[in-house]
Amino acid sequence: MRGWRTLGILVGAVVLLLFPLVLEQYKLYLASLTLVYLILAIGLNLTLGYAGQISLAHAGFMSFGAYAVAILVPLGVPFEGGLVVGVVIAFLWGLVLGFPALKVKHHYLAMVTLGFNIIVFLVLRNWESLTGGSFGISGIARPRWGPVRFQSDRAYYYYILGWTVLVVASAHWILHSRWGRAFRSIRENEMRAEVVGVSLRNYKLMAFAIGSAYAGVGGALFAPLLTYIDPGAFTLDRSIQFLMMVVMGGLGRFEGPFLGAVVVTLLPELLRASEGFYLIIFSLAVILMMLFMPKGLVEIWDWMVRKMTRRRHGPAHPPAPPEPAAVLEPK
Amino acid sequence: MTDVFQLLVAGLSIGSIYAMAAIGFVLLWQTSNTINFAQGEFVVLPAFVMVLFLTVFRFPFAAAFVATVIVSTLLLGLLVKKVLVERLLKMGVLPLVIATIGLSMLIRYSLQQFWTPLALPFPAIFSRQPIRVGGVIFSSEEVMNVLSAAIVIGTLQLLIRRTKLGWAMQAVAQNRDLASVLGINVSRLVGVTFMLNAALTAVAAVLIAPVYLVKYDIGIGIGLKAFYAAIIGGFNQIRGALLGGLLVGLVETYSAAYISNQFRDAFALVILIGVLLLKPEGLLGIKEEWA
Amino acid sequence: MSLLEIRQLSKNFFHLSALSLVSLSVEPGELLGLIGPNGSGKTTLFNCVTGVLRPSRGHVLFKGEDITKLTADGVYHRGISRTFQLIQLFPEMTVLENLLMAAQERKGTLFSRLLRRDETEEMDRALNLVEYLGLSGVKDNLAANLSYGQQKLLDFGMALMPDPQVILLDEPMAGVNPTMIKALVTHIQDLNAQGYTFVVIEHNMEVVMSLCRRIVVLSQGEKIAEGTPAEIHDNPAVMDAYFGT
Repeated sequence: MRGWRTLGILVGAVVLLLFPLVLEQYKLYLASLTLVYLILAIGLNLTLGYAGQISLAHAGFMSFGAYAVAILVPLGVPFEGGLVVGVVIAFLWGLVLGFPALKVKHHYLAMVTLGFNIIVFLVLRNWESLTGGSFGISGIARPRWGPVRFQSDRAYYYYILGWTVLVVASAHWILHSRWGRAFRSIRENEMRAEVVGVSLRNYKLMAFAIGSAYAGVGGALFAPLLTYIDPGAFTLDRSIQFLMMVVMGGLGRFEGPFLGAVVVTLLPELLRASEGFYLIIFSLAVILMMLFMPKGLVEIWDWMVRKMTRRRHGPAHPPAPPEPAAVLEPK
Repeated sequence: MTDVFQLLVAGLSIGSIYAMAAIGFVLLWQTSNTINFAQGEFVVLPAFVMVLFLTVFRFPFAAAFVATVIVSTLLLGLLVKKVLVERLLKMGVLPLVIATIGLSMLIRYSLQQFWTPLALPFPAIFSRQPIRVGGVIFSSEEVMNVLSAAIVIGTLQLLIRRTKLGWAMQAVAQNRDLASVLGINVSRLVGVTFMLNAALTAVAAVLIAPVYLVKYDIGIGIGLKAFYAAIIGGFNQIRGALLGGLLVGLVETYSAAYISNQFRDAFALVILIGVLLLKPEGLLGIKEEWA
Repeated sequence: MSLLEIRQLSKNFFHLSALSLVSLSVEPGELLGLIGPNGSGKTTLFNCVTGVLRPSRGHVLFKGEDITKLTADGVYHRGISRTFQLIQLFPEMTVLENLLMAAQERKGTLFSRLLRRDETEEMDRALNLVEYLGLSGVKDNLAANLSYGQQKLLDFGMALMPDPQVILLDEPMAGVNPTMIKALVTHIQDLNAQGYTFVVIEHNMEVVMSLCRRIVVLSQGEKIAEGTPAEIHDNPAVMDAYFGT
């Protein structure tokens, strides 16, 4: 099992490193965009998938990173400085927003975040002196380290890839600590989690704020990729798109955001020929998937992994005892 | 000063429509823990259906109205419950949330693609003749909207307070397990609630259509307002949703008139956030807990 | 001073009173039985004590401190743990993970839990418990795949994991086969001898009468009797509650 995983990661790394050498400009842009969305999806998966906190403000948090970079870099702040500022703002707003909403049940969080995203959009559009209003900010520079510039699409792809590795590694590190287990406990049985001493408030706040911070990272990388941002890039629709990514990928699974980001970014490109029908096909796919594959695309993934490993090593896990599980779902 | 009264009626008129959508929303939450993200589209679709009956089939108004309510109840009530809710309810809140988001997109973009991306005019239901009381002029349409909504909501309240069905709904809302023990068929009750909600949104559709015109994407705004209303008033109280709806309608009308049309949506949000900070269970809400 | 004191506790659901004015106290080192017909409010009492439900009225005191308003995690941190009548586990975690989960929040701060990776101490305790409860063979199985009896034992193990001062057991023997009941009774007596305090809800009268030195009887949300097993056995009100109209 372990050997296969290492091999998979190696192959993935090689493919990702070779992309800029073989892909034409537009496809390279799509690959970069997919990586940015992956970062955002990993953040939302932490919030929603692991800790069960629904957030409809992910695009709003993303905008903090994007605008921080777009506003600060022209003032002479290095890109990474702008990114950190954006991430800190996103993290702090995550705390502010999470705090009142966590006192009550999760549907309130959905509503608060939804409202928050709309407010962020309105502020971005109307605070013209800072954000350029509905015209946005253009000519956003890509980062440079002294003589090293990440100006070309190819160089910037590698820059994004670097951050992606950092985000994936840090998410892995968090999720394999006691925090990760506490998040899972909340998702699996919230009441029981509280009865083993898990402070729902602390952990949910952290999951929410960290997920938001990742959105800030994604936003900061997003702005120089397009070199142009406007409030229209951070609407509620975009937040819902991230939600779909995470749910379609597979909630609370480390592989989930990878699958979700790839599918949700590339599916529109594939369905381009159908034009206006894209959204109809997409929404039908979402509904059908919830009905028949509620655990997301990881179900297919798991099935493939099982097939591969079974052929080599026989059954991967001993078969479960036939007795039905008597564990009750939390209410 | 006359403006203040005119705006009061205008605000109550739009608010009472929000309130209807919000009440349906709250009923769904109470009996089936469904957060219906398609509630706005549940208002838009019947509006289109009504246009269909009026302009294509040339039904008289009353017949078209009855037909719309029936179609809405079957399609958005029974069908949605049978196909989506029944299967997804066991899996917790989230899959159903995503499915209703999918459903809202499906309805919205199907209307745009297969019907029209343009706004359809909708015949006025009530005469546009203004009513004069003292020195103040009211739009009779607005007054009639408020009255119609009051009648519908009042009837619903009676239904919930006085009938066995209403009693069962209250019991399920309070404690699902206890309700099954008391012999209530929860699944059927959920179905009935979905149908009631669809009937409510159909009425709201017919009242709001002359105000907003009928367009595939107006559901986003209506759905949002219904959410706000439900949260402001309290998620577990019909009275709360009513209060919330009226409040949202009034705030929106007054702030658009006196402050800034651009930020009209923002003021309702400010109230929303204030309520969430200070009284997160809503103005008339009751704290929910495990039981 | 009593270890745990419940004063005039009431809880209402939907116009129904589930508990009314129940008072009782638990002494350190005691093994208290809590009995009563179905629906008499026993589990509701546990839920109110452990912060799962908020009582409508009344107070819960633990070592003299009022813990009525604490959330469930706060109560747990004070040293009160419990099991559940309808087993509550983390179904997608292994047996060991369930046990570790039950211990991880007892010590340290939020951030030390992120930074401190070493878990040998807890793991030793979990492995000891797994051994003690006879779950060694399934320690790496998912909780969802255990038999009912094994789940019951795991639930019990999770209650022991944090080294609590009071353990509330909600029908630990229900649906468990006689051999396992014997084992559980031995475990409870064992642990009680080591100084653990227990409150046990149990329907199996034989077990309660032999296990507990003091018994409290609830009926329709009210405390109707309290005393030694012999006193309870001879109390007409108790017989009435169980068999009367």
